[in-house]
This record gives sequence, structure tokens and C-alpha cells, in this order.
Amino acid sequence: MNKQEFLSLLRRELSGLPQGDIEERVGFYAEMIDDRMEEGLTEEEAVEAIGPVGPIVLQTIADTPLTKIVKERVQPKRRMRAWEITLLVLGSPIWLSLLIAFFAIVFAVIVTLWSVVIAFWASFIGMCAGVIAGGMLGSYTIWAGHLFQGLAMIGATMVVAGLAIFFYYLSVWMTKAVAFLTKRIAVGVKHLFVKKKGVEEYA
Amino acid sequence: MDGQMKRGLLDVCVLAAIKDEDSYGYKIIKDLKPYAELSESTLYTILKRLETAGMLTVRSAEHDGRLRKYYRITPEGLKRIEAFLEDWKEMMMIYQFVTKEDGRHE
Repeated sequence: MNKQEFLSLLRRELSGLPQGDIEERVGFYAEMIDDRMEEGLTEEEAVEAIGPVGPIVLQTIADTPLTKIVKERVQPKRRMRAWEITLLVLGSPIWLSLLIAFFAIVFAVIVTLWSVVIAFWASFIGMCAGVIAGGMLGSYTIWAGHLFQGLAMIGATMVVAGLAIFFYYLSVWMTKAVAFLTKRIAVGVKHLFVKKKGVEEYA
Repeated sequence: MDGQMKRGLLDVCVLAAIKDEDSYGYKIIKDLKPYAELSESTLYTILKRLETAGMLTVRSAEHDGRLRKYYRITPEGLKRIEAFLEDWKEMMMIYQFVTKEDGRHE
């Protein structure tokens, strides 16, 4: 691929972003290619050294705030005609509710995922409280003269303590996994607004 | 390495690369290569972040019949490097303490 083809592809893949941002990025890569060619690399070698367009597009989307992307997407590129505005207003009960529904679903998915994490941590805290209470009650029972009942209580407490340790690691893992998923969902939503074609192959 | 920590370190690396003289994108990548592998897209993100934070300024200058962007460190950027060096002293003390406890450092 030569420099022009690379830059055109990059410009096309970033087409949903604000024009100023696209030109600045493309200018940056053009300069990188020129500097490599100045060092003696051929045009193709210089382009190859930059790497594929896919990761650049992903990084750019991740760097750009969602609000900026949506704003760019919904902003008309030319002055709208009266009938277009009328149609938009008349159609708003449909498109606006669909848009709200879409974001509500995304929000609900994220909340659901985090509720699972909160549930795990709550279970862990509950078990810790159980261990403390069980230990105290068991010791008191032994002290009160009921040796076997007290020992049974302490035994059960130890089982809960073991489970608590297991739940701690499980909760930490869940938190990390859900944080990762949330990030992926955010990038996925941005993708929908930038450019549909060809994005799947990078994700 | 923790992502947040790595990001902070790379910011300081880029600032250090333009500390003594103005530099441009490809030169920054080349200068950092022996110490840290940096892709073009990562460098772009870092430069933008540092520019927004007022730690560097950008100017375009003609080079060989084309425009090239040069990055210059600001007093704010120099302060960031100094703060990093201070933090690092503290970090080294903690490191020495940790390895001593481990029995690896006597």
C-alpha cells in the first residue's frame, strides 16, 4: 500500500469523527511516513512500518469522547430544508424514543453487570460478618459449658471463612471482568456512531 | 505493569524526549525506542493529552518543502518531570524496604 492509499483508507474509516480531528490524525501519519522515507525507506516500507489501519481506528475511537462522536453524527452537514425539519419533528416520537430505548438498554446491561459484582461483594461482607459472629458465639457457648455445641459452631464458622476467602478472589475477578466488559461496551457503542462498515474485523 | 502507572511513565518519557530541545513525532519514537516501545497511535494520544494539560506546545515549521510539527516543553511540563523524579525517590525507598523484607537485599 502506498502513502496515498493508506491515508485515504484512514480518512474513510474515521469518517464519523469531526473533520478537524480526522485531518489532524491523517496529517500526523503523513508526517510519520514522510520522515521514514527521508531516512531511506521506500514508500511501501514506510507505510508498512506504521502498521495496519485497524488498531489506529480503534485507538482513535477510544480516545474520542462519545458526546463528541454523537454530536458530529447528528449535526447536519448542510442547511436543512423546511420539509426535512418538519419530518424530523413529526418523526420524533419514533426516532427519539428508539434512541432513548437504545441508550436505556445499554445502561440497563451495564447496571445489571455491576449489580452482580455488588451482589458478590455483599455476599463476601455477609460471610465476614458471619465469621466474626460465629466465632464469638462459638467461644461463648464453649465458655458457657456447652463444649460440643460450641465446637460445632466454630467448625461451621471455619467453613464459612473458607468460603469467604474463595468469594473474595471471585469478587476481585468479577470486578475486573465487568470493568473490562463495560469498557468494551463503551467502545462498541462509539463504533456504532463512527462507521459500521469494516469495524467488526478490528473489534 | 498497572495501566495507569504505565501511562504516567510514558507521559514523562515523552516530556523527557523534548526536554532539551524541540522535537517531532518520528524523532521522539526513535529516541525512546531503546527504553520504551511506543506506537504512533499511542504517541499521538500522549502528545494530545500533554498539549491539553498545557505541558507542551506545538508549532508547525517548514522542513524540506513540507510542514512538520515540533513539540516544545512548557514550564508545566518541566514541573511534571521534577514531580516524577521526587515520586521516584519515594518509590525507590519503598522498593528497598520491600526487597529487604524479602531477604533479597542486604
